[in-house]
Amino acid sequence: MSSTRIFRNALRHFPPPLGGADLAAIGLVLGVIALAGWQLAAMGARIGHSGLPPVDLDPAMLPYYALRTLARMGAALTLSLAFTLIYAPAAARDPAAERVLIPLLDVLQSVPILGYVSLLVAAVSVALPGWVFGYEAAAIFALFTSQAWNLTFSFYQSLKTVPTELAEASRAFSLSARARFWRLEVPFAMPGLVWNAMMSVAGGWFFVVAAEAISVGGETVALPGIGSYIAAAIDARRIDAVFYAIGTMAVLILGVDFLLFRPLVAWSERFRLETEPGDKPPRSIVLTLFRRARVGRVLGRALLRRLTPTDGANTARADQPHNGLWNTIALIGGGGGALAATVFVLDKLPPDEIVTAMLAGGATSLRVTAMILLAAAIWTPIGVWIGLRPRWTRAIQPIAQFFAAFPANLLYPVFVIAIARWGLNPEYFLAPLVVLGTQWYILFNVVAGAAAIPAELRVASDNLQLRGLLWWRRVALPCVYPYLVTGLVTAAGGAWNATVVAEVVSWGDRKFEATGLGSYIAAATDSGDFPRLVLGIALMSLFVVALNRALWDPLYKLAVRRYRLG
Amino acid sequence: MEPLLDVRKVVKTYSIEPDAEPVLDGVEFTLGTREIVGLLGRSGCGKSTLLRLIAGLDAATGGEIRFAGQAVDGPQPGIAMVFQSFALFPWLTVQQNVELGLEARGVPEGERRSRALAAIDMVGLDGYERAFPKELSGGMRQRVGIARALVVHPRLLLMDEAFSALDVLTAETLRTDFIDLWLEGKATTEAVLLVTHNIEEAVAFCDRVVILSSHPGRVAAEVAIPLKHPRDRQSQPFRDLVDRIYAALTKRGDAGPGSTRPPATLGEKLPRVSANEIAGLIEALAEPQRAGKADLPELADALGLTLDTLLPTLEATELLGFAHLRDGDVLLTPEGRVYFDTDLLRRKEIFATHLARNVPLAAHIRRVLEERHSHTAPRARFLAELEDFLETDESEATLDAVIAWGRFAELFAYDAERADFTLE
Repeated sequence: MSSTRIFRNALRHFPPPLGGADLAAIGLVLGVIALAGWQLAAMGARIGHSGLPPVDLDPAMLPYYALRTLARMGAALTLSLAFTLIYAPAAARDPAAERVLIPLLDVLQSVPILGYVSLLVAAVSVALPGWVFGYEAAAIFALFTSQAWNLTFSFYQSLKTVPTELAEASRAFSLSARARFWRLEVPFAMPGLVWNAMMSVAGGWFFVVAAEAISVGGETVALPGIGSYIAAAIDARRIDAVFYAIGTMAVLILGVDFLLFRPLVAWSERFRLETEPGDKPPRSIVLTLFRRARVGRVLGRALLRRLTPTDGANTARADQPHNGLWNTIALIGGGGGALAATVFVLDKLPPDEIVTAMLAGGATSLRVTAMILLAAAIWTPIGVWIGLRPRWTRAIQPIAQFFAAFPANLLYPVFVIAIARWGLNPEYFLAPLVVLGTQWYILFNVVAGAAAIPAELRVASDNLQLRGLLWWRRVALPCVYPYLVTGLVTAAGGAWNATVVAEVVSWGDRKFEATGLGSYIAAATDSGDFPRLVLGIALMSLFVVALNRALWDPLYKLAVRRYRLG
Repeated sequence: MEPLLDVRKVVKTYSIEPDAEPVLDGVEFTLGTREIVGLLGRSGCGKSTLLRLIAGLDAATGGEIRFAGQAVDGPQPGIAMVFQSFALFPWLTVQQNVELGLEARGVPEGERRSRALAAIDMVGLDGYERAFPKELSGGMRQRVGIARALVVHPRLLLMDEAFSALDVLTAETLRTDFIDLWLEGKATTEAVLLVTHNIEEAVAFCDRVVILSSHPGRVAAEVAIPLKHPRDRQSQPFRDLVDRIYAALTKRGDAGPGSTRPPATLGEKLPRVSANEIAGLIEALAEPQRAGKADLPELADALGLTLDTLLPTLEATELLGFAHLRDGDVLLTPEGRVYFDTDLLRRKEIFATHLARNVPLAAHIRRVLEERHSHTAPRARFLAELEDFLETDESEATLDAVIAWGRFAELFAYDAERADFTLE
């Protein structure tokens, strides 16, 4: 090796001092650490004699509240990821466990999330009175229940669909189980995980806001955050404060998208096995910044080392499936739980209470289904129009995604003021609130569907001169149908979840209520009525599962059978 | 009498830049009745664009297209189209697919059904009326595509690479069957225009071939095919016609035959061809039985390539100065011979020298990296420079091509994640 070459190599190992990119990256990392510490410290505090400090409506407090809300979100997402990394492999590796864990996940997913919130907060106020920790943990855990299930399903799906040749290659190189997990399975699942994390956080904003200010059995707990801020604003009839909160939330969502998800999506592209040619790879300024920064490279290398263990231990043979054990667990757990709940409810409530709750469930079913269909009727033509125009599609997709992430419950006061002013009937005019946040799933699924109509089919329908109704019947609707169904299912699930806060709303001391299972659960929470709470939550889960089986599954199967392209 | 189709001085530009090179620049030809014409050209020469203009699916920037005495200003009832990937509606049965065009014209249901059944019968798909496209093989799907086009009794049938997605045997059968329908007068269409990049297919199928050149996109030559059906691919007249068309296709724009390639410019579009493909071509040329000179059709055949895939490699090899073209023949240069005779390490050095000398973009990148103190430069910088000459997609593709060559030659390194160039 020549001396100049040695010199050049040496130079490469002594880079110049830190650049601007490094400082920015360090700042970001430190910020996250500080936020976590802050949240932990606050959780350790005790509630004073006068309860939690009252929410201050001064807009200057909003950045602080926003950060507290954000911290809860971060904590819940971390928990959800940890749960996913344990639960999904357990289900995917052991067929016996799979038979229990996957249906269980399905059930957990069907329970209305605000039902979890009500139950948890009610339980905490009994078990841990006086500790902030209990309420914080309940809020975070509720948020966890809104995020964990779809992440887990996504990871489970990925684990089940690892390409055979890659799995065989990792066996041929005798990778250990751990190496296989970090080197093959996690990277393979990464795009799906990142996408689902985005969806989880988008859905989570709704619940974190709802979980912060909740009253159980007459006691109101308001954890510092945007949700409590807006609850206080509603109490005080301060419309200006409502708009401050809405603005802060918008900034928070855009910030998280820019600082977290764009980098993540751009980064996870590398794990995609095949890319559609012609698609522009997602780019992120923040990721490029991290890549340019040496700190990023050092961290990246450390992470990579974590993902590339060098121990070549042989894969341990999977344990023999213990079918009997799992079946027993399933029987005792499932059967026992259902039995206990039934006995509890029947013991405390008169039989006609169940009829009342069933009728409320019927009312909510009607409300949700009607609103979803209405939203579909409005957004399908608009979505197709947009999807056929690439420039509009590019412009609209991020906007629709932003609206889907925006917690619609922050917008409820605006509707409520209108209802109060014009004396509208809350039975009908509260209905739009249930789809306010979830209609966007219909829009962006339809847009995606219309954008995916193959160019040749479009040319062919032009050449055949298909127009008007015939074009809608033969080309547009069949093409977007599978996407539309996906959008409807997602929107309906979200709408059910929203009913708990959308069927009862208030402005100052005025309260508006619509008959339904959502307001039934809300009322039971409010009065700390456990038997009705359990009954309401159980019925709502049943209604959601029944509607899924009876309505959405058949539609979905039809979509797959008939309308899938190619 | 006016011809069925009259394409007059058609110009098509996609870019809004006033001085951008048009895709089509004064294309002129006509199509008479009872005539099958092939539109032949390399990929990117605008032949599919031209077909879309004729079908009225897009408007020309200049010139005029007249069909049956009328200017084409939108989709025409008298023009039907068959597509490369069939373009069947997957949720409709074979019969519903075939009926679609009639439905759009408001044909009553009874007549629709009987005409569709007749068309399905004609293409030999009797019994498959209720099948969905995904249940059919590629060849059968294209038969549905042909039935769907013929059922509306078009006066002109456009076929856009209609046989290119099929395997060789299926394509041959389908072509022969179509020619039979045509000769028996069962296909009522008055004329057929087939877009293809496959020379042998054009000679086997057409009565006349119109050859489009690229940069600029215009008619380079027209060749009549006076052979009777069925045509024998091995016969001397057939081979001669194939050779003639090859020569016409590789002839360069306005320059006469045998001219050498003009030196490349900084903003020139580079073909996406790997260094391995270039080496493969050099090695094929240097083989003893060829001794540095090969007939293009023979070379394409021997390498198992079509025109579309061989010509970009040839272009790259010529650009780097390892070979040149003359009258449908490709000749190895002395430098190409030296490259062939040496080992991999030395080959990289030769490649680097040729790259720096013959491709101004590569030389430019190297120079910038040497001049910069940090010896790095972002991709965006060169992209911006290229976009003065090329469209965004082409700039990206050209930059990717030069990156692949630069990496092989070790002229510079490129980090895709950081999107920057560094000195090796």
